[in-house]
Amino acid sequence: MSNILAIAHRELRSYFVSPIAYVVVGLFALLYGYFYVASLAFMVQFSSQAGMFGGGPQTVNVNEFMIRPLLSNTAIILLFILPFLTARAYAEEKRSGTIELLLTSPLSDMEIILGKFFGAFALFLLMLAVTAVHMGILFWYGEPELGSILTGYLGLALMGGSFIALGLLVSSATRNQVVAGVGTFSLLLLFWVLSWMSDSAGPTAGAILSYLSILEHFDDFSKGVIDTAHVTYYLSFIAFGLFLTAKSVDSERWRG
Amino acid sequence: MIEVQHVTKRYGPVAAVDDVSFRVEAGQILGFLGPNGAGKTTTMRVLTGYLPPTEGTATIAGFDVLEEPIEVKRRTGYLPESPPLYPDMTVREYLTFIARINRLPAAERPSRIDRVMERTSVGDVADRHCSKLSKGYRQRVGLAQAILHNPDVLILDEPTAGLDPKQIIETRELIKELAGDHTIILSTHILPEVAQTCERVVIINKGRVVAEDSPDNLTGRLHGAVTIQLQVDTLGADPTGTLQAVPGVASVNVGEPGSDGRTVEVQSAQDVDVRRDIANAVVSNGWGLLEMRRARLSLEEIFLQLTTAEDEAGEETSAPDEETEEPAPATESADE
Ligand SMILES: Nc1ncnc2c1ncn2[C@@H]1O[C@H](COP(=O)(O)OP(=O)(O)OP(=O)(O)O)[C@@H](O)[C@H]1O
Ligand SMILES: [Mg+2]
Repeated sequence: MSNILAIAHRELRSYFVSPIAYVVVGLFALLYGYFYVASLAFMVQFSSQAGMFGGGPQTVNVNEFMIRPLLSNTAIILLFILPFLTARAYAEEKRSGTIELLLTSPLSDMEIILGKFFGAFALFLLMLAVTAVHMGILFWYGEPELGSILTGYLGLALMGGSFIALGLLVSSATRNQVVAGVGTFSLLLLFWVLSWMSDSAGPTAGAILSYLSILEHFDDFSKGVIDTAHVTYYLSFIAFGLFLTAKSVDSERWRG
Repeated sequence: MIEVQHVTKRYGPVAAVDDVSFRVEAGQILGFLGPNGAGKTTTMRVLTGYLPPTEGTATIAGFDVLEEPIEVKRRTGYLPESPPLYPDMTVREYLTFIARINRLPAAERPSRIDRVMERTSVGDVADRHCSKLSKGYRQRVGLAQAILHNPDVLILDEPTAGLDPKQIIETRELIKELAGDHTIILSTHILPEVAQTCERVVIINKGRVVAEDSPDNLTGRLHGAVTIQLQVDTLGADPTGTLQAVPGVASVNVGEPGSDGRTVEVQSAQDVDVRRDIANAVVSNGWGLLEMRRARLSLEEIFLQLTTAEDEAGEETSAPDEETEEPAPATESADE
């Protein structure tokens, strides 16, 4: 455990001494801010229209009109941004030779992988924390349901964790950060596209495709529903990704 | 302490290390000597558990590197060929990280780090980022990293590469100091380094061990032909003929006469001690014998002999008669 913490701590602080953390968090805040303002404007407009046709502005459901689309958009932003957080995890260690230090220190492969995972995950949680401030402001406008917001965040955390696990796996297979980042992004895009294809595919194939799609599983969370099937999906995805990363690190060792 | 048995490491069809065996007793310093691409780094990577061997076994302190890697790594400090520093950390932060992953208790870390920084003289760059260090300092921080957790075994891949002469001497002293309670393997291209610091030498070439002995024995053992250096005052005469006539002398090489007589090099045939007869010959001519000593082959020459005579050595091994380390090439060169 202390080994995992040592690695995670080193990862986290190296994010902050390089420009990566600032670029990624900054970009995220920018895109998120845009979607926030856009959906806020949409909601305000909608609520004033609703007011004109009877009923009052207070009848507008903040959760439905504001938070749900915002959460879905956040999921897409993460798909674009997280790959660049994990790209360096292994690739950079291999390029600079520090991997030789880690692999000859009294650490198990899994400790190293978990350390890197939690390091990136901590930075990701920090990004989410930025958005919590915006969410707080919504409590002034209306009465959003706290429970469903928290559920949405749980979903984001699980989905982000899956993106990070996949990113580590890809990073462990190359010594080039750019290849790792673009590779992870392409794979995530593929998983996203699967959900579109599932709409047009036949019933069985469609079900399989939508099951595989990482984003599809997020829908219920954004509606404020916790379904254990989705939680299990994400946790299995993370576990499997980290397991494959361990395999990849080990096979690299045998290949030399 | 360290035992390597029939270790082979192949990259595809190429054997980087081929059936290498040797052992190092506790507290010894073993020098690992070989030309570029000989397989030194590869062997060290096998020992540190970085690379699994294709065949054979290696154990450190009784733990197999494949079976119990964590136990091995806990007891081993490793300085890789290029020091594995994190560019974005300061030297002190880096060493603190090393201390953490080696499970040094938090209370001991600062004093231990200070002590190691002092021993490797990196104290003056303690708060500088590793990316800003010169090659020599990188090397020294790498060494500090290797000895920080006070491991039983130190594996140092070219520890003096890139250091200035003063630092080389200090690093060698440090390594010798460490030898008492650590077992050390170091690799190098620098031959005097082996002679000065190591108790045993393994010479490796093209992945194979070509010789293993103490530096003294190595130089002694290859004496097929003995070279004797004389300083004689011949009163203007040419001593070549006289010395050539001494039984057992293979060749004579006479230098220019100087204020202190002339330097003469006499090569004897194999295993004949000609010193008495030479002294007699000089004295009976009425010349002054100012100095006489046996010149030993330098490690440098041995190294070259062993590593360039590889192909011939391969043929010799297949020959049925005994396989001594007194190679024919030594006698041949004496005839020239
Ligand atoms: N990852 C690798 N893939 C393929 N071949 C390799 C690899 N690493 C080393 N080799 C080969 O293995 C052989 C031994 O290399 P090694 O690095 O062990 O030599 P060395 O004795 O350390 O040399 P040097 O003095 O230059 O450091 C070389 O022929 C090298 O080309
Ligand atoms: Mg080497």
